[in-house]
Amino acid sequence: MKCQYCEKPATFHITELTGEVPVELHFCEEHARIYLTQSDEPEESNSSLAGVLAQHLKVGQTAEELARLDQRACPICGITFYEFRHAGRLGCPHDYVCFSQELEPLIMNIHGAVEHVGKRPQHGVHGTDHQTRMIRLRREMKEAVEREDYEKASAIRDEIRKLEKQKPHEC
Amino acid sequence: MKLEELAGKCGEWLRGSGPESDIVISSRIRLARNLAEFPFIRKCTDQDRAQIERVLRDRIKEVGEWSSLTYVDVAALDDVDRQFLVERQLISREHSEAEGARAVAIDPHEKFSLMVNEEDHLRIQVMHSGLDLQAAWEQIDHIDDLIERRVTYASHPRWGYLTACPTNVGTGMRVSVMLHLPALVITRQIEKVFRSLHKISLAVRGLYGEGSQAMGDFYQISNQITLGRSEQELIGQVRDVVPVLIDYERRAREFLVKESQKDLHDRVSRAYGILCTAQTISSEETMHLLSSVRMGINLGLIRDLEIPTVNKLFIHTQPAHLQKLRGVELDTADRNIERANYLQRHLRKREGDDDLEKN
Repeated sequence: MKCQYCEKPATFHITELTGEVPVELHFCEEHARIYLTQSDEPEESNSSLAGVLAQHLKVGQTAEELARLDQRACPICGITFYEFRHAGRLGCPHDYVCFSQELEPLIMNIHGAVEHVGKRPQHGVHGTDHQTRMIRLRREMKEAVEREDYEKASAIRDEIRKLEKQKPHEC
Repeated sequence: MKLEELAGKCGEWLRGSGPESDIVISSRIRLARNLAEFPFIRKCTDQDRAQIERVLRDRIKEVGEWSSLTYVDVAALDDVDRQFLVERQLISREHSEAEGARAVAIDPHEKFSLMVNEEDHLRIQVMHSGLDLQAAWEQIDHIDDLIERRVTYASHPRWGYLTACPTNVGTGMRVSVMLHLPALVITRQIEKVFRSLHKISLAVRGLYGEGSQAMGDFYQISNQITLGRSEQELIGQVRDVVPVLIDYERRAREFLVKESQKDLHDRVSRAYGILCTAQTISSEETMHLLSSVRMGINLGLIRDLEIPTVNKLFIHTQPAHLQKLRGVELDTADRNIERANYLQRHLRKREGDDDLEKN
């Protein structure tokens, strides 16, 4: 049997069980290596971000300091630094403010710069407090509903509605 | 416009026109944007997601010049339709496989799409045939302005546009050019090329983005850095490397023609032969063989077939497209038979052999 990507004999026979039906694949050594390393790529890109993070946090951080840092949470969306470190995704725009000290070296490492150059939004750049307040209120409302404190939840909902109406109309 | 109407067409990115279109397939730019008053997707409740979707849908529908856009509720689509949009590159694989409220607005010419609730609240993407980054930038800049007038984007004075993943922060922009590089693959130079691209912080991905295999020898070259350089600089970085890659690919093709003309011609002819006569064939094998045929046409080794036909076959033989064109759901085995039939019909017809049609 020949490799399905070239004329060489297939020496690797792989059965993929990830889809709805098993898929048989036949490769020569070289294409087997390419196939196997490429299908792992998404995890790799995530872990490389995690790797960069881990590298940074090791420098100048004792285990104790790291444990304390991991527990820090954003007051707006509630994401902990631990959760960000593992998922590689932030929880809300305010994280860039409350974790700025930790993010700065990370951003430097990824981009080789820490100052944005280029296009900026023309509208609504001021008063981001208003927006972060909305994010916080929505979360508090959800939490109130979860502990069945409906009185509190409806008070928060009224506040959100009021804020939504106040929203300065751009354009 | 219904999705069925799209199925028969080729899509902008595989139209195969524009400068250097024997090697450069398409130019694409995407911008990642988030609404300031909602958490990023990871921390969104179902309600947050639904609300983001509603807000963006309303704003998109307000735009006068977008009255012909098709707004598709991706969460309500079945698997085949979602896969179909992925194959056309109108949504990403991640967007297709995610859960919860999400949508896409599609330009009737398929030159741009607006993904709602992907990794970020909004992903704007523009696709042009051939090497056409400047026009793609002008279009996406305009689209971005039209939306930005109506919403408040999350941004930071120092860090620009804020994104769910710090790897996209700043401009939120990914510029990519899709190239067809079969000769660099055959001559085993492709990995060397990739290594040198990584050194100048450019990323290389397969046909369908992150993690996808380089099916059909299609590769996307894109910027890795998004902060600290302007949009124009980032575009320039990708644009400047494209002529170099085109030159490498052309030299590899010349080398193959000169050093092993017979082997090359044999490879191309066999690929064409299998595609014309196979009774059952997988999507991977089809892509692999079409890639040889495509190069064969560009080198003048196949004369009775045109590039647009091959480009169309690349997309029409993919699983969801086959099923949409046929109008029924097919399992893998039936798809492989249908694919072989489809290829026979379209390749043999080209030969002008009427007898085969009658048989």
